[in-house]
Amino acid sequence: MTTRLTEIWVGVFVAAGMAALFMLAMKVSNLSTYNEGDGYLVTARFEDISGLKERSPVTMAGVRIGRVKSIDFDNDALQAVVTMRIDTRHNTLPKDTSASIYTAGLLGEKYVGLEPGGDDKSLKQGDVVKLTQDSLVLEKLIGQFVTKLLENDNDKEGTK
Amino acid sequence: MLDGLQLLGQNAIGFFQRLGRGHILFIAILAGIPELLARFRLVIQQVYSVGVLSLVIILVSGLFVGMVLGLQGYNTLVDFGAEESLGIMVALSLVRELGPVVTALLFAGRAGSALTAEIGLMKATDQLSAMEMMAVDPIRRVLTPRFLAGFISMPLLAAIFSAVGVLGGALVGVGLLGVDEGAFWSQMQDRVDLHEDIYNGVIKSLVFGVVVTWIAVFEGYDCVPTSEGVSRATTRTVVHSALAVLGLDFILTALMFGED
Repeated sequence: MTTRLTEIWVGVFVAAGMAALFMLAMKVSNLSTYNEGDGYLVTARFEDISGLKERSPVTMAGVRIGRVKSIDFDNDALQAVVTMRIDTRHNTLPKDTSASIYTAGLLGEKYVGLEPGGDDKSLKQGDVVKLTQDSLVLEKLIGQFVTKLLENDNDKEGTK
Repeated sequence: MLDGLQLLGQNAIGFFQRLGRGHILFIAILAGIPELLARFRLVIQQVYSVGVLSLVIILVSGLFVGMVLGLQGYNTLVDFGAEESLGIMVALSLVRELGPVVTALLFAGRAGSALTAEIGLMKATDQLSAMEMMAVDPIRRVLTPRFLAGFISMPLLAAIFSAVGVLGGALVGVGLLGVDEGAFWSQMQDRVDLHEDIYNGVIKSLVFGVVVTWIAVFEGYDCVPTSEGVSRATTRTVVHSALAVLGLDFILTALMFGED
Protein backbone atom coordinates (compact mmCIF):
# COMPACT_ATOMS: atom_id res chain seq x y z
CA MET A 1 0.00 0.00 0.00
CA THR A 2 2.75 2.43 0.88
CA THR A 3 4.65 1.75 -2.37
CA ARG A 4 1.40 2.39 -4.22
CA LEU A 5 0.98 5.70 -2.45
CA THR A 6 4.59 6.61 -3.19
CA GLU A 7 4.14 5.81 -6.84
CA ILE A 8 0.93 7.82 -7.03
CA TRP A 9 2.70 10.80 -5.53
CA VAL A 10 5.61 10.45 -7.95
CA GLY A 11 3.06 10.28 -10.77
CA VAL A 12 1.43 13.48 -9.51
CA PHE A 13 4.84 15.13 -9.27
CA VAL A 14 5.92 14.17 -12.78
CA ALA A 15 2.54 15.19 -14.19
CA ALA A 16 2.76 18.55 -12.40
CA GLY A 17 6.26 19.09 -13.78
CA MET A 18 5.14 18.27 -17.30
CA ALA A 19 2.10 20.52 -16.91
CA ALA A 20 4.36 23.35 -15.74
CA LEU A 21 6.64 22.91 -18.76
CA PHE A 22 3.61 22.77 -21.03
CA MET A 23 2.23 25.93 -19.47
CA LEU A 24 5.57 27.69 -19.91
CA ALA A 25 5.69 26.60 -23.54
CA MET A 26 2.11 27.50 -24.44
CA LYS A 27 1.18 30.37 -22.18
CA VAL A 28 4.48 32.14 -21.54
CA SER A 29 6.48 31.64 -24.72
CA ASN A 30 5.65 32.41 -28.31
CA LEU A 31 4.95 28.80 -29.30
CA SER A 32 1.24 29.45 -29.75
CA THR A 33 1.94 32.26 -32.20
CA TYR A 34 4.68 30.34 -33.90
CA ASN A 35 3.67 28.86 -37.21
CA GLU A 36 6.92 28.46 -39.06
CA GLY A 37 6.71 27.06 -42.58
CA ASP A 38 3.12 28.13 -43.02
CA GLY A 39 3.61 31.14 -45.26
CA TYR A 40 5.21 32.62 -48.35
CA LEU A 41 8.45 34.57 -48.62
CA VAL A 42 8.67 38.14 -49.88
CA THR A 43 11.83 40.23 -50.01
CA ALA A 44 12.34 43.97 -49.79
CA ARG A 45 15.46 46.10 -50.13
CA PHE A 46 16.23 48.96 -47.77
CA GLU A 47 19.02 51.52 -47.54
CA ASP A 48 18.90 51.46 -43.77
CA ILE A 49 17.19 48.98 -41.51
CA SER A 50 18.98 49.84 -38.25
CA GLY A 51 17.19 48.22 -35.32
CA LEU A 52 15.22 45.64 -37.33
CA LYS A 53 15.92 42.07 -36.22
CA GLU A 54 15.06 38.61 -37.37
CA ARG A 55 11.60 37.61 -36.11
CA SER A 56 10.50 41.26 -35.89
CA PRO A 57 6.81 41.57 -36.75
CA VAL A 58 5.51 42.44 -40.21
CA THR A 59 2.21 44.29 -40.00
CA MET A 60 -0.45 45.70 -42.27
CA ALA A 61 -3.02 48.11 -40.90
CA GLY A 62 -1.48 47.44 -37.49
CA VAL A 63 -2.24 43.71 -37.59
CA ARG A 64 0.65 41.28 -37.51
CA ILE A 65 0.54 39.21 -40.68
CA GLY A 66 4.06 37.77 -40.67
CA ARG A 67 7.58 37.98 -39.37
CA VAL A 68 11.02 38.92 -40.67
CA LYS A 69 12.70 35.65 -41.61
CA SER A 70 16.22 36.78 -42.41
CA ILE A 71 18.27 39.89 -43.00
CA ASP A 72 21.11 39.82 -45.52
CA PHE A 73 23.47 42.35 -47.02
CA ASP A 74 23.75 42.74 -50.79
CA ASN A 75 27.43 43.31 -51.57
CA ASP A 76 26.81 44.80 -55.02
CA ALA A 77 23.98 47.20 -54.31
CA LEU A 78 25.20 47.85 -50.73
CA GLN A 79 21.68 47.47 -49.46
CA ALA A 80 19.98 45.43 -46.79
CA VAL A 81 17.81 42.60 -48.11
CA VAL A 82 14.98 41.72 -45.74
CA THR A 83 13.16 38.44 -46.30
CA MET A 84 9.70 38.35 -44.74
CA ARG A 85 7.45 35.38 -44.20
CA ILE A 86 3.80 36.33 -44.64
CA ASP A 87 1.09 33.97 -43.39
CA THR A 88 -0.65 32.04 -46.16
CA ARG A 89 -4.01 33.31 -44.88
CA HIS A 90 -3.05 36.78 -46.10
CA ASN A 91 -2.37 36.03 -49.76
CA THR A 92 -4.32 38.91 -51.26
CA LEU A 93 -1.78 41.69 -50.74
CA PRO A 94 -1.55 43.80 -53.93
CA LYS A 95 1.63 43.53 -55.97
CA ASP A 96 2.53 47.21 -55.51
CA THR A 97 2.40 47.05 -51.73
CA SER A 98 5.03 49.28 -50.12
CA ALA A 99 7.12 48.47 -47.06
CA SER A 100 8.41 50.85 -44.41
CA ILE A 101 10.27 50.37 -41.18
CA TYR A 102 8.57 51.90 -38.17
CA THR A 103 9.20 52.06 -34.47
CA ALA A 104 6.67 50.82 -31.93
CA GLY A 105 6.35 53.70 -29.49
CA LEU A 106 9.07 56.33 -29.19
CA LEU A 107 11.95 54.01 -28.34
CA GLY A 108 10.33 50.65 -28.91
CA GLU A 109 11.00 47.76 -31.18
CA LYS A 110 11.33 48.17 -34.96
CA TYR A 111 8.82 46.48 -37.23
CA VAL A 112 7.98 46.39 -40.93
CA GLY A 113 4.73 48.07 -41.85
CA LEU A 114 3.18 47.23 -45.21
CA GLU A 115 0.81 49.62 -46.98
CA PRO A 116 -1.42 48.21 -49.68
CA GLY A 117 -1.32 49.55 -53.22
CA GLY A 118 -4.00 49.27 -55.89
CA ASP A 119 -2.75 46.50 -58.14
CA ASP A 120 -5.13 43.67 -59.11
CA LYS A 121 -2.40 41.04 -58.98
CA SER A 122 -1.25 39.88 -55.56
CA LEU A 123 2.15 39.16 -54.03
CA LYS A 124 3.40 35.60 -54.35
CA GLN A 125 6.27 33.49 -53.07
CA GLY A 126 9.62 35.06 -54.05
CA ASP A 127 8.23 38.45 -55.09
CA VAL A 128 10.07 41.66 -54.31
CA VAL A 129 8.43 44.63 -52.64
CA LYS A 130 9.73 47.52 -54.74
CA LEU A 131 8.58 50.58 -52.84
CA THR A 132 10.39 50.82 -49.53
CA GLN A 133 10.98 53.47 -46.94
CA ASP A 134 13.92 53.25 -44.59
CA SER A 135 14.12 53.11 -40.86
CA LEU A 136 13.96 56.48 -39.16
CA VAL A 137 17.21 56.95 -37.29
CA LEU A 138 16.74 59.33 -34.41
CA GLU A 139 20.32 60.63 -34.58
CA LYS A 140 19.98 61.54 -38.28
CA LEU A 141 16.69 63.26 -37.58
CA ILE A 142 18.19 65.32 -34.78
CA GLY A 143 21.16 66.13 -37.03
CA GLN A 144 18.85 67.42 -39.75
CA PHE A 145 16.87 69.42 -37.23
CA VAL A 146 20.01 71.06 -35.86
CA THR A 147 21.31 71.96 -39.34
CA LYS A 148 17.93 73.48 -40.20
CA LEU A 149 18.05 75.49 -37.01
CA LEU A 150 21.54 76.75 -37.78
CA GLU A 151 20.54 77.65 -41.36
CA ASN A 152 17.59 79.65 -40.05
CA ASP A 153 19.85 81.49 -37.65
CA ASN A 154 22.30 82.25 -40.45
CA ASP A 155 19.46 83.51 -42.67
CA LYS A 156 18.25 85.85 -39.95
CA GLU A 157 21.74 87.20 -39.41
CA GLY A 158 22.07 87.72 -43.18
CA THR A 159 18.93 89.91 -43.33
CA LYS A 160 20.12 92.13 -40.54
CA MET B 1 58.88 27.38 6.39
CA LEU B 2 59.19 23.79 5.21
CA ASP B 3 56.25 22.85 7.40
CA GLY B 4 54.17 25.49 5.70
CA LEU B 5 55.15 24.19 2.27
CA GLN B 6 54.39 20.65 3.36
CA LEU B 7 50.95 21.72 4.58
CA LEU B 8 50.28 23.43 1.26
CA GLY B 9 51.37 20.36 -0.66
CA GLN B 10 49.29 18.11 1.57
CA ASN B 11 46.22 20.21 1.01
CA ALA B 12 46.78 20.37 -2.75
CA ILE B 13 47.27 16.61 -3.00
CA GLY B 14 44.21 16.04 -0.81
CA PHE B 15 42.14 18.34 -3.01
CA PHE B 16 43.13 16.57 -6.22
CA GLN B 17 42.62 13.17 -4.61
CA ARG B 18 39.11 14.17 -3.64
CA LEU B 19 38.50 15.52 -7.11
CA GLY B 20 39.73 12.27 -8.63
CA ARG B 21 37.62 10.14 -6.27
CA GLY B 22 34.63 12.29 -7.15
CA HIS B 23 35.09 11.67 -10.88
CA ILE B 24 35.71 7.94 -10.43
CA LEU B 25 32.52 7.75 -8.37
CA PHE B 26 30.67 9.72 -11.04
CA ILE B 27 31.71 7.23 -13.72
CA ALA B 28 30.80 4.30 -11.47
CA ILE B 29 27.37 5.85 -10.88
CA LEU B 30 26.80 6.38 -14.60
CA ALA B 31 27.89 2.80 -15.30
CA GLY B 32 25.09 1.58 -13.04
CA ILE B 33 22.32 3.35 -14.97
CA PRO B 34 21.60 0.71 -17.68
CA GLU B 35 21.23 -1.99 -15.06
CA LEU B 36 19.00 0.26 -13.00
CA LEU B 37 16.51 0.79 -15.80
CA ALA B 38 15.43 -2.80 -15.31
CA ARG B 39 14.58 -2.04 -11.67
CA PHE B 40 13.08 1.38 -12.06
CA ARG B 41 11.07 1.05 -8.85
CA LEU B 42 14.20 1.98 -6.89
CA VAL B 43 14.34 5.29 -8.75
CA ILE B 44 10.65 5.99 -8.18
CA GLN B 45 11.11 5.64 -4.43
CA GLN B 46 13.97 8.12 -4.59
CA VAL B 47 12.04 10.54 -6.81
CA TYR B 48 9.46 10.52 -4.05
CA SER B 49 11.92 11.46 -1.31
CA VAL B 50 13.97 13.84 -3.46
CA GLY B 51 11.31 15.42 -5.66
CA VAL B 52 7.85 15.03 -4.19
CA LEU B 53 8.91 15.99 -0.69
CA SER B 54 10.58 19.14 -2.10
CA LEU B 55 7.36 20.19 -3.82
CA VAL B 56 5.95 22.26 -0.97
CA ILE B 57 9.03 24.44 -0.50
CA ILE B 58 9.34 24.88 -4.28
CA LEU B 59 5.69 25.83 -4.71
CA VAL B 60 5.66 28.30 -1.83
CA SER B 61 8.97 29.97 -2.69
CA GLY B 62 8.10 30.06 -6.39
CA LEU B 63 4.85 31.84 -5.64
CA PHE B 64 6.49 34.38 -3.36
CA VAL B 65 9.47 35.02 -5.64
CA GLY B 66 7.04 35.67 -8.51
CA MET B 67 4.94 37.98 -6.37
CA VAL B 68 7.97 39.95 -5.21
CA LEU B 69 9.22 40.21 -8.80
CA GLY B 70 5.80 41.56 -9.77
CA LEU B 71 5.83 44.19 -7.02
CA GLN B 72 9.42 45.32 -7.51
CA GLY B 73 9.24 45.24 -11.27
CA TYR B 74 6.07 47.30 -11.25
CA ASN B 75 7.60 49.96 -9.03
CA THR B 76 10.54 50.35 -11.40
CA LEU B 77 8.68 50.04 -14.68
CA VAL B 78 5.89 52.44 -13.74
CA ASP B 79 8.44 55.28 -13.68
CA PHE B 80 9.03 54.70 -17.39
CA GLY B 81 5.37 54.19 -18.14
CA ALA B 82 6.22 50.68 -19.22
CA GLU B 83 4.22 48.68 -16.68
CA GLU B 84 2.81 46.58 -19.54
CA SER B 85 6.29 45.04 -19.85
CA LEU B 86 5.92 43.58 -16.37
CA GLY B 87 4.99 40.20 -17.84
CA ILE B 88 8.18 40.07 -19.90
CA MET B 89 10.31 41.01 -16.94
CA VAL B 90 8.76 38.48 -14.58
CA ALA B 91 8.75 35.64 -17.11
CA LEU B 92 12.25 36.19 -18.45
CA SER B 93 13.90 36.56 -15.07
CA LEU B 94 12.12 33.44 -13.81
CA VAL B 95 12.61 31.22 -16.83
CA ARG B 96 16.18 32.21 -17.56
CA GLU B 97 17.68 32.70 -14.11
CA LEU B 98 15.67 32.50 -10.94
CA GLY B 99 13.78 29.32 -11.79
CA PRO B 100 16.82 27.08 -12.29
CA VAL B 101 19.11 28.84 -9.79
CA VAL B 102 16.78 29.29 -6.82
CA THR B 103 15.36 25.81 -7.34
CA ALA B 104 18.88 24.36 -7.36
CA LEU B 105 19.76 26.23 -4.16
CA LEU B 106 16.58 25.09 -2.42
CA PHE B 107 17.09 21.60 -3.80
CA ALA B 108 20.62 21.49 -2.38
CA GLY B 109 19.31 22.58 1.01
CA ARG B 110 16.25 20.36 1.08
CA ALA B 111 17.22 17.23 -0.86
CA GLY B 112 21.01 17.38 -1.21
CA SER B 113 21.68 17.64 2.51
CA ALA B 114 19.24 14.80 3.20
CA LEU B 115 20.98 12.60 0.63
CA THR B 116 24.39 13.26 2.15
CA ALA B 117 23.19 12.64 5.67
CA GLU B 118 21.44 9.43 4.67
CA ILE B 119 24.39 7.97 2.77
CA GLY B 120 26.87 9.21 5.37
CA LEU B 121 24.89 7.53 8.15
CA MET B 122 24.69 4.34 6.12
CA LYS B 123 28.46 4.44 5.90
CA ALA B 124 28.94 5.30 9.58
CA THR B 125 26.69 2.43 10.65
CA ASP B 126 28.50 0.03 8.27
CA GLN B 127 25.42 -0.59 6.15
CA LEU B 128 27.42 0.02 2.99
CA SER B 129 30.10 -2.47 4.07
CA ALA B 130 27.36 -4.95 4.92
CA MET B 131 26.00 -4.63 1.42
CA GLU B 132 29.44 -5.27 0.00
CA MET B 133 29.68 -8.38 2.17
CA MET B 134 26.46 -9.60 0.57
CA ALA B 135 27.99 -8.95 -2.87
CA VAL B 136 25.64 -6.04 -3.48
CA ASP B 137 27.42 -3.07 -5.03
CA PRO B 138 26.42 -0.12 -2.79
CA ILE B 139 27.16 2.32 -5.60
CA ARG B 140 24.65 0.70 -7.92
CA ARG B 141 22.13 -0.14 -5.21
CA VAL B 142 22.23 3.11 -3.21
CA LEU B 143 23.96 5.89 -5.13
CA THR B 144 22.82 5.46 -8.73
CA PRO B 145 19.06 5.52 -7.98
CA ARG B 146 19.50 8.65 -5.88
CA PHE B 147 21.57 10.33 -8.57
CA LEU B 148 19.07 9.49 -11.31
CA ALA B 149 16.21 10.69 -9.12
CA GLY B 150 17.92 14.05 -8.66
CA PHE B 151 18.55 14.29 -12.39
CA ILE B 152 14.85 13.65 -13.11
CA SER B 153 13.45 15.82 -10.32
CA MET B 154 15.47 19.00 -10.79
CA PRO B 155 14.11 20.10 -14.20
CA LEU B 156 10.56 19.26 -13.14
CA LEU B 157 10.95 21.24 -9.93
CA ALA B 158 12.49 24.18 -11.82
CA ALA B 159 9.63 24.16 -14.34
CA ILE B 160 7.08 24.10 -11.51
CA PHE B 161 8.93 26.93 -9.77
CA SER B 162 8.92 29.10 -12.91
CA ALA B 163 5.29 28.37 -13.75
CA VAL B 164 4.08 29.12 -10.22
CA GLY B 165 6.30 32.22 -10.18
CA VAL B 166 4.75 33.55 -13.38
CA LEU B 167 1.30 32.93 -11.91
CA GLY B 168 2.37 34.75 -8.74
CA GLY B 169 3.63 37.67 -10.81
CA ALA B 170 0.35 37.76 -12.69
CA LEU B 171 -1.56 37.60 -9.41
CA VAL B 172 0.20 40.70 -8.07
CA GLY B 173 0.63 42.55 -11.36
CA VAL B 174 -2.82 42.00 -12.83
CA GLY B 175 -4.86 41.36 -9.71
CA LEU B 176 -3.36 43.81 -7.26
CA LEU B 177 -1.63 46.56 -9.24
CA GLY B 178 -3.99 46.69 -12.18
CA VAL B 179 -1.70 45.98 -15.13
CA ASP B 180 -3.83 45.17 -18.16
CA GLU B 181 -4.24 41.42 -18.32
CA GLY B 182 -4.10 41.18 -22.10
CA ALA B 183 -0.93 43.28 -22.33
CA PHE B 184 0.69 41.28 -19.52
CA TRP B 185 0.27 37.94 -21.26
CA SER B 186 0.57 38.99 -24.88
CA GLN B 187 3.79 40.99 -24.38
CA MET B 188 5.17 38.04 -22.45
CA GLN B 189 4.32 35.65 -25.26
CA ASP B 190 5.77 38.03 -27.77
CA ARG B 191 9.17 38.26 -26.16
CA VAL B 192 9.76 34.92 -24.46
CA ASP B 193 11.20 32.49 -26.99
CA LEU B 194 10.63 28.77 -26.63
CA HIS B 195 14.10 27.78 -27.81
CA GLU B 196 16.13 30.72 -26.62
CA ASP B 197 14.64 31.07 -23.17
CA ILE B 198 12.68 28.03 -22.06
CA TYR B 199 14.88 25.28 -23.49
CA ASN B 200 17.98 27.00 -22.15
CA GLY B 201 16.34 27.23 -18.73
CA VAL B 202 15.62 23.50 -18.83
CA ILE B 203 19.22 22.76 -19.87
CA LYS B 204 20.44 24.86 -16.97
CA SER B 205 18.27 23.00 -14.50
CA LEU B 206 19.46 19.65 -15.87
CA VAL B 207 23.08 20.68 -15.37
CA PHE B 208 22.35 21.93 -11.86
CA GLY B 209 20.52 18.71 -11.06
CA VAL B 210 23.54 16.64 -12.08
CA VAL B 211 25.98 18.81 -10.16
CA VAL B 212 23.97 19.12 -6.94
CA THR B 213 23.12 15.43 -6.66
CA TRP B 214 26.64 14.44 -7.64
CA ILE B 215 28.10 16.61 -4.89
CA ALA B 216 25.53 15.38 -2.36
CA VAL B 217 26.05 11.71 -3.17
CA PHE B 218 29.84 12.02 -3.26
CA GLU B 219 30.06 13.90 0.04
CA GLY B 220 27.95 11.23 1.71
CA TYR B 221 29.92 8.36 0.23
CA ASP B 222 33.28 10.00 0.94
CA CYS B 223 32.58 11.28 4.48
CA VAL B 224 34.53 10.37 7.59
CA PRO B 225 32.28 7.69 9.12
CA THR B 226 31.65 9.40 12.43
CA SER B 227 28.79 11.59 13.55
CA GLU B 228 31.03 14.62 13.26
CA GLY B 229 32.15 13.56 9.79
CA VAL B 230 28.54 13.19 8.63
CA SER B 231 27.62 16.62 9.91
CA ARG B 232 30.63 18.17 8.20
CA ALA B 233 29.84 16.39 4.95
CA THR B 234 26.26 17.68 5.09
CA THR B 235 27.46 21.25 5.55
CA ARG B 236 29.95 20.85 2.72
CA THR B 237 27.22 19.57 0.42
CA VAL B 238 25.13 22.70 0.88
CA VAL B 239 28.07 25.11 0.64
CA HIS B 240 29.75 23.44 -2.34
CA SER B 241 26.47 22.94 -4.21
CA ALA B 242 25.55 26.59 -3.76
CA LEU B 243 28.95 27.75 -4.97
CA ALA B 244 28.97 25.33 -7.89
CA VAL B 245 25.45 26.34 -8.94
CA LEU B 246 26.18 30.06 -8.84
CA GLY B 247 29.52 29.70 -10.63
CA LEU B 248 28.14 27.39 -13.30
CA ASP B 249 25.17 29.67 -13.75
CA PHE B 250 27.45 32.49 -14.78
CA ILE B 251 29.30 30.28 -17.27
CA LEU B 252 26.09 28.85 -18.71
CA THR B 253 24.50 32.29 -18.99
CA ALA B 254 27.57 33.62 -20.76
CA LEU B 255 27.47 30.70 -23.17
CA MET B 256 23.71 30.86 -23.80
CA PHE B 257 22.84 34.51 -23.78
CA GLY B 258 26.23 36.15 -24.13
CA GLU B 259 26.23 36.57 -27.89
CA ASP B 260 23.42 39.05 -28.46
